[in-house]
Amino acid sequence: TSALCSLLSFVPPQSPAALGLVPRADRVNSGSHLASLLGLTDSGFSDSMEKMSRVTTALGGSVLTGRTMHCHLDAPANAISVCRDAAQVVVAGRSIFKIYAIEEEQFVEKLNLRVGRKPSLNLSCADVVWHQMDENLLATAATNGVVVTWNLGRPSRNKQDQLFTEHKRTVNKVCFHPTEAHVLLSGSQDGFMKCFDLRRKDSVSTFSGEATEAGQGRWWVMTGWVPVLPVLSCCVLRLHPSFAHGQMRDAECEDVLKTTWLLWRLCVAAPLGTLPSGPLFWATGQSESVRDVQFSIRDYFTFASTFENGNVQLWDIRRPDRCERMFTAHNGPVFCCDWHPEDRGWLATGGRDKMVKVWDMTTHRAKEMHCVQTIASVARVKWRPECRHHLATCSMMVDHNIYVWDVRRPFVPAAMFEEHRDVTTGIAWRHPHDPSFLLSGSKDSSLCQHLFRDASQPVERANPEGLCYGLFGDLAFAAKESLVAAESGRKPYTGDRRHPIFFKRKLDPAEPFAGLASSALSVFETEPGGSAMRWFVDTAERYALAGRPLAELCDHNAKVARELGRNQVAQTWTMLRTIYCSPGLLPTANLSHSVGKGGSCGLQLMNSFNLKDMAPGLGSETRLDRSKGDARSDTVLLDSSATLITNEDNEETEGSDVPADYLLGDVEGEDDELYLLDPEHTHPEEPECVLPQEAFPLRHEIVDTPPGPEHLQDKADSPHVSGSEADVASLAPMDSSFSLLSVSHALYDSRLPPDFFSVLVRDMLHFYAEQGDVQMAVSVLIVLGERVRKDIDEQTQEHWYTSYIDLLQRFRLWNVSNEVVKLSTSRAVSCLNQASTTLHVNCSHCKRPMSSRGWVCDRCHRCASMCAVCHHVVKGLFVWCQGCSHGGHLQHIMKWLEGSSHCPAGCGHLCEYS
Amino acid sequence: MRLATAASEAYTTPLAVSELLGCKQCAAGRDQDEVPGRGAERAAGYPGGWAPRRAILQVGSEDAQMHALFADSFAALGRLDNITLVMVFHPQYLESFLKTQHYLLQMDGPLPLHYRHYIGIMAAARHQCSYLVNLHVNDFLHVGGDPKWLNGLENAPQKLQNLGELNKVLAHRPWLITKEHIEVSNEGLLKAEEHSWSLAELVHAVVLLTHYHSLASFTFGCGISPEIHCDGGHTFRPPSVSNYCICDITNGNHSVDEMQVNSAENVSVSDSFFEVEALMEKMRQLQECRDEEEASQEEMASRFEIEKRESMFVFSSDDEEVTPARDVSRHFEDTSYGYKDFSRHGMHVPTFRVQDYCWEDHGYSLVNRLYPDVGQLIDEKFHIAYNLTYNTMAMHKDVDTSMLRRAIWNYIHCMFGIRYDDYDYGEINQLLDRSFKVYIKTVVCTPEKVTKRMYDSFWRQFKHSEKVHVNLLLIEARMQAELLYALRAITRYMT
Repeated sequence: TSALCSLLSFVPPQSPAALGLVPRADRVNSGSHLASLLGLTDSGFSDSMEKMSRVTTALGGSVLTGRTMHCHLDAPANAISVCRDAAQVVVAGRSIFKIYAIEEEQFVEKLNLRVGRKPSLNLSCADVVWHQMDENLLATAATNGVVVTWNLGRPSRNKQDQLFTEHKRTVNKVCFHPTEAHVLLSGSQDGFMKCFDLRRKDSVSTFSGEATEAGQGRWWVMTGWVPVLPVLSCCVLRLHPSFAHGQMRDAECEDVLKTTWLLWRLCVAAPLGTLPSGPLFWATGQSESVRDVQFSIRDYFTFASTFENGNVQLWDIRRPDRCERMFTAHNGPVFCCDWHPEDRGWLATGGRDKMVKVWDMTTHRAKEMHCVQTIASVARVKWRPECRHHLATCSMMVDHNIYVWDVRRPFVPAAMFEEHRDVTTGIAWRHPHDPSFLLSGSKDSSLCQHLFRDASQPVERANPEGLCYGLFGDLAFAAKESLVAAESGRKPYTGDRRHPIFFKRKLDPAEPFAGLASSALSVFETEPGGSAMRWFVDTAERYALAGRPLAELCDHNAKVARELGRNQVAQTWTMLRTIYCSPGLLPTANLSHSVGKGGSCGLQLMNSFNLKDMAPGLGSETRLDRSKGDARSDTVLLDSSATLITNEDNEETEGSDVPADYLLGDVEGEDDELYLLDPEHTHPEEPECVLPQEAFPLRHEIVDTPPGPEHLQDKADSPHVSGSEADVASLAPMDSSFSLLSVSHALYDSRLPPDFFSVLVRDMLHFYAEQGDVQMAVSVLIVLGERVRKDIDEQTQEHWYTSYIDLLQRFRLWNVSNEVVKLSTSRAVSCLNQASTTLHVNCSHCKRPMSSRGWVCDRCHRCASMCAVCHHVVKGLFVWCQGCSHGGHLQHIMKWLEGSSHCPAGCGHLCEYS
Repeated sequence: MRLATAASEAYTTPLAVSELLGCKQCAAGRDQDEVPGRGAERAAGYPGGWAPRRAILQVGSEDAQMHALFADSFAALGRLDNITLVMVFHPQYLESFLKTQHYLLQMDGPLPLHYRHYIGIMAAARHQCSYLVNLHVNDFLHVGGDPKWLNGLENAPQKLQNLGELNKVLAHRPWLITKEHIEVSNEGLLKAEEHSWSLAELVHAVVLLTHYHSLASFTFGCGISPEIHCDGGHTFRPPSVSNYCICDITNGNHSVDEMQVNSAENVSVSDSFFEVEALMEKMRQLQECRDEEEASQEEMASRFEIEKRESMFVFSSDDEEVTPARDVSRHFEDTSYGYKDFSRHGMHVPTFRVQDYCWEDHGYSLVNRLYPDVGQLIDEKFHIAYNLTYNTMAMHKDVDTSMLRRAIWNYIHCMFGIRYDDYDYGEINQLLDRSFKVYIKTVVCTPEKVTKRMYDSFWRQFKHSEKVHVNLLLIEARMQAELLYALRAITRYMT
């Protein structure tokens, strides 16, 4: 089953959204006092529906024309609203309140409503709305809490009509009833929504966000009485008659519970003297600010309100005592909402949490149908007329663009308007039946008309590409035809004989992006066996990267590579060892982290090594010694241009080869006894166990003396290193180390420039990285540490590290990847380890998260991590069964499970310990 | 492993608490020779600063929730500092406070750990708050900071030096922050220079700065005394008072201070009783007749201006001789740059309209965008501080204090030139009397000049926990004000 997934999953299959237009049984209570006050009667209801249909047909015929244009306002706008004739727009802000006529080519200022000598705060508008039935009627919400209505029909210059000063705080939103001329709704920071009848001087009804918040049932008790509550309340509720019949609503439940709780406190807890010392809090303490109110377009009596605490409430205008329904829509304030113009019960909400959500309110519970993640908090949301799934959003901060989303494609906006230079504060579709004109006002003091056809479409700029690995290492790649065609020479994929192609999809004619779906698909098959990455895993697991002397690391890694049949890599390691671990350098080489200077000489040696090894195969280092001993090596060097290293490197090195080697010959004489000692011991005999043992102690002597304190410190840091060093040393392949002793020491004395090899090594690393063996590059980088790091620029290093870590994690080699992160010196990489290091623990009794950092669970007041065997708190390694979550001290559990397969806690679970 | 030790130690917390408290007794003795002005804050020794020891001890004898909080705090910090011991009057707030502070200092964030503590030191040093400086010097060294930096800002990396200016302005005249400040402290923001700040780092730094500015206010406002165990080795030791515990030497001194407190209470009991009554009466009146006399718009606007202007001149008179302590001041270049200067010259504070840039809508989004999760934490903290109430006032119960709290909050914002369109600034004058205003003003603007006399002279009848509550309001309002200015500048820089 090759996993040739549908690569162009750009267009999600359009579900024919079985959205039942379930007619909602409105509990029309025509006798209701309120309803009659508002004139919201059944007859009014049917009346208005009739009116609405008439309007629709009347406006549907007209054709709008215009172009993308903008005009400068004198001040930042806070909100805009369009007149129903789609020819005028009102802009309101802190210091602007004007009506503009939208003409073919430009906006023309028609009326300035901000009159008077010293404009008061009443004119500092937070919101403005134009009545959709009466083109003379406007309402504004002022930042000081005043709601003002304006009648354009007034003959005087001041068009102000009525002033409602009932709100105590800023009014965030005003909204006219879609069909009734005189019903106005406002939502304010003070937590109240008020419904005004414009024929009266004050509000008709007040809706409080507070009263209903209890519906959420948040109980706050300062001290530990929480566990009692659920039990208690369940009992009470069960007994309560109306609950039993399912007639009780949330808020009523709340009341019952509240009373019960208080009674219980008084009658039971108080006499016992166990009254909680802290005060009891109801979450209803303060009212939450209302951010938006919107009348439903389809349901005559319904409106939605959104709150700063993330809630959305649904109200029946006739019932101000409690809301019909409430749910938490967002995390953080919900800034805006909009009812779908066509689909009854679709509500879009946008919040500070950068989400736009579409809810279906027709079902029993509000159901989240779509969710669009934007890049900034959502300030406004408006459904696009005539396009069922489109909505426009703008943001409150940071992001200045207006986006039009197809809610079914939540990742890429369908269109984007980028005209504004500061945050967009108000958007409005120009005409309720024309999807192509969008108006917007912004903090940058401009008013824009956007034409949909001028919008930039991010999708067009994106190159739809898909890339996927199959189960067997096949690689499939699909891209737009045009893109692939550009680079020719690639045969299009004709289909796989082995596997059926199963991603045929039906194209949806409604989808605007269907055209893009024509694409080219290429599949790269791997040769059988070639794709096996076994070597990678093995290498990663077995490589030693730190904690031992460099020479041993190199040897070890070389051995690993050789065993896995990667001879070239093995050679490289051996060479590195030769380069950096010559005896003269041993003092420095042994500190795997410090001291880069003088760390590189003996180039000739490396080359000769190459050649030698290439010719006779592996493991013949001993012979090398001799070749060095007699100064014939220069001939060897000269034709050593063969192998690993690219040509230019060789050219570079060859130039310096010969003289260097002569130097080698020269200094031999004046060498210390170490050198003299070596050839004597090595050449005649070849006993493989005796010699090394001699060689290593020698080396240790050298090592220990010169760098003194530094070395000691290093050892102190990693005690086990020094402890095991001797053992490791004798295990490592000896002969090669031996050869080193003799020759490169001499080289050291020859004073080759210390950075002599760095170029080579650098190129070697690049070579491996280019080849795709980033593992090698990183391993060498880590092992050599300071010696090469400075030669490779930070970014490249970081790049290698991240790629390698990525690879390791794909193979689930978490330990190795962690080690690599730890050993890396690049800051960006090593901080990967610092991120998300929190371990979340749940209490094993109550299964709730442990919030405090101690061992005692806050809720059940018991120690969470008890050993099931010895019943003490485990403070070290804790092992637990993932099946039953019992566990304890590692030792205890191991011991227990040796004797029994059941859980020691006696829960009957058959625990597995592996 | 580390967790295990921390947590096991947490069990010993009660002991640690009582130890600390016991130790504080010695310092408490010093209270008797209270000096006005600088140094006084150290003279009041016990963790609770101005609050008498009895009140704190009572709290210290704690219930389960406080215990848990202490354990948390101890586990996170490895100590239980005096600030925590005072804030525990309000456990709900303390929890959020500790969570935020822990996140800012120890969790994922754009700045390296030692930078964070250094920035804390810089900020606290702005107000010569040796208490916080000491604490963070220890932490700074603990996380591997370079001791050389402590010799002054000029020894710190260029990057931190660039922050100096912002720190200065933010602490004393946040309304002057413009996007130029952001640009300066960010020079070469886009270039990958070594000492340039990324926006995320900058926001982290700004949050830290404001956090520590306001925490310094709290320290002085409540008279938090130095940690007993802060040894003087590498700290900024205050010139006159040793940090060492001297309870062995001065045993038996504590009765004095209790007497003193008692007498102080007795004297003021009669008139302060009327104080509370009067305040409550005013609140009631305001509540009732709000709708009746509707002030005109001009009136409202001028009320704000008056309040703002007056707040400039609200200062107690006995704080002139103060000179900053040398030790601490080496962290900032010119000590002359303070709030006082500016008020002398009667500079005009521009009006910042909260409706145009507020924390909930704008500030939060920006912070959360650049420094994820912190916006949420701070938001929560603001919320708790603003809404915290026990519905009590001195001896009265079931009082709706929201009006009073809002007056305090808005008064502080008013001092910073931040205006709420929907607030009648006349209320402030009705509710806050002069001595209270002096206290607020001093705590918020020049905390180093707070004296015990100021602390005692406002709201005499109120409980200490209530005074701490006031302090919480003060510091959160201050933090928000500073944040608003800084974040607005960053926003402008970004657009």
